[in-house]
Amino acid sequence: MNPDSSTTYAVDFSSEPPTAVLRLTGQIDRDAASALSAAYDTASSTDPQVVVLDFTEVDYINSTGIALVVGLLARARAEKRAVHAAGLTDHYRHVFEITRLSDFIKVFTDVDAALAASTN
Amino acid sequence: MVHPIEDEVADPSRRVFGRRKAPVPVSVAVDLPAEVVENSTELTLDVGPNDPVLAFLQGATGPVDVATLPHASPAAQSMRESGVELVVPLVASGELVGLLALGPRLSERGYSRDDRQLLDTLARYAAPALRLGQMVRQQEVEARDRERYEQELKIAQLIQQQFLPSSLPELAGWHLSAFYRPARTVGGDFYDVMELEDGRVMVVTGDVTDKGVPAALVMASTHALLREAGPRLVSPSAVLARVNELLCDDIPAHMFVTCLVMVVDLTTGQVDFANAGHNLPFLSGPDGVRELRATGMPLGLMPDSPYDEMRDIIQPGEVLLLYSDGITEQHDDSGEMFGFGRTEKLVSGATNGADLVDACVTELERFSGSQEQEDDVTLVTLERRGHAIEVILATFSVPSVAGNERQVLAQVAEAVADCGLTQDALDRLKTASAETAMNAIEHGNLEQAEAPVDVVVSRSKEQVNVEITDRGGGRHEPADIPDLDLKLAGLQTPRGWGLFLIQNMVDALEERTEGELHTVRLSVLLAPPADPRSADGGPA
Repeated sequence: MNPDSSTTYAVDFSSEPPTAVLRLTGQIDRDAASALSAAYDTASSTDPQVVVLDFTEVDYINSTGIALVVGLLARARAEKRAVHAAGLTDHYRHVFEITRLSDFIKVFTDVDAALAASTN
Repeated sequence: MVHPIEDEVADPSRRVFGRRKAPVPVSVAVDLPAEVVENSTELTLDVGPNDPVLAFLQGATGPVDVATLPHASPAAQSMRESGVELVVPLVASGELVGLLALGPRLSERGYSRDDRQLLDTLARYAAPALRLGQMVRQQEVEARDRERYEQELKIAQLIQQQFLPSSLPELAGWHLSAFYRPARTVGGDFYDVMELEDGRVMVVTGDVTDKGVPAALVMASTHALLREAGPRLVSPSAVLARVNELLCDDIPAHMFVTCLVMVVDLTTGQVDFANAGHNLPFLSGPDGVRELRATGMPLGLMPDSPYDEMRDIIQPGEVLLLYSDGITEQHDDSGEMFGFGRTEKLVSGATNGADLVDACVTELERFSGSQEQEDDVTLVTLERRGHAIEVILATFSVPSVAGNERQVLAQVAEAVADCGLTQDALDRLKTASAETAMNAIEHGNLEQAEAPVDVVVSRSKEQVNVEITDRGGGRHEPADIPDLDLKLAGLQTPRGWGLFLIQNMVDALEERTEGELHTVRLSVLLAPPADPRSADGGPA
């Protein structure tokens, strides 16, 4: 693992329905593996129905990062949690579309929109 | 009695012709008994358009004694001298269409009131019939003129088409396209292509001033002179000088020929050219469009005219357009000319010659609207095939250490900063460059730090390219097409998105291997391809 890894995360929670927001910062590449995994662990400890991945502060996602998101999505689906994404740039929204991730992850412009959608 | 129309036309011996402003000549037809005919004299009368007799007769009611006609009238004077005593104006729809002119009565008595009444009644019937006859004859004359004109146009077209190449030669590494469409009136455009003995090719375009058969004939002689002088003299300026000398002797006054001669070396792209007042060719290159400039007088104007001979090089990927003023001088519905600017813009967007010809024709038609084509339109394109010239923007290397793909991404982004890429194209190029660099580091160079990943960033007129080279000799990561359903079901590794992403990010992807050097070339277009759905008239 790269010691210069600049991926950080924070997890916020909200209820009705129980939701965990993973606020990711930096790059989603292979150096983000442990951070992403830890963030999901933290989130799942409260057994949320919805996991929101907030990419607002993410400036780079590569193919390895896509693989990490696929892994996270597979885990969440096994645990019957919905996954939403928020704050993707047009470019990464396009990447989510061509990889078909957006068939399984609902993409919202920002976290508020994602939370509002889960509430309704 | 007034003659039936046919006789009136066929037998001019008893007519009095007048000249006036009206489109129909004033004419008079008189028939007399046989004994009178013997005594009659032929009378030809010219009535000037300003002769006061016209207004006088137009306003007269019934027969008029010649003695009472205005004295200042030359026509009245002429009638008096010819022995005419009485004139009966033939007026139809308020317009004077003819006169009946009568000499003295044979009985030597004057014309009685009854005579005059009879003549007046006769005139009322005769005038409309005469007018009708005049109109029919006028239409016949016009129809004959039209037919003769159409016939002449057909001849001009035949002459012209005779001298245009029926096919263009296949030139290795090059492509020639041509388009010619005569105006309805047929101008004197021509073009020709001659393969020279030394393997070079001579391309000629020209335009004769004037239209129709005269222009076609001058075009035919110019064509013959060029065919003779071209292969013999080879040098474009010498060819033009020679043809000018010969044309000056024979060309009709007020006619001349603009002409451009160029000789192209198909191996080097070198083009030698000279110009006798023809439109300057446009050449599209990576730095925009340039003109091939050379000066010289049109052919046939002045003996001993000198002609510059200039040289340029047509680079691979460049397209040259030769064109006649039928395109630049075409007007639209508002009276604006197509002009050089629009032509140059079409050339600047050209990627190949055949498309450029199509684009010019389409754009010209769109521009013309309901306006008829005014002059012949001739377009000849010469395209040198091969990769467009590329300008190197940056070259650099990074050690094969995981994570260095981000350095590649940053340096590529910096190198292309001034290219004017759209945000979307820039993002796609960055992602593709990073993914390709990552493959080179991990799979090509197996993360051996001392093995460099080389990056070359370049641009051409149309696109930006990034070439990334590793030392793996073409090793590939296992290349399953990624399938998200399989991955989520655990039937395929979550990884393996790299090549898929690269393919979906770029507009063109090429790969080559030379020994251990393995290069991937990524290209994104500077201007996104036109969306056919947004074009006018396209399907919704």
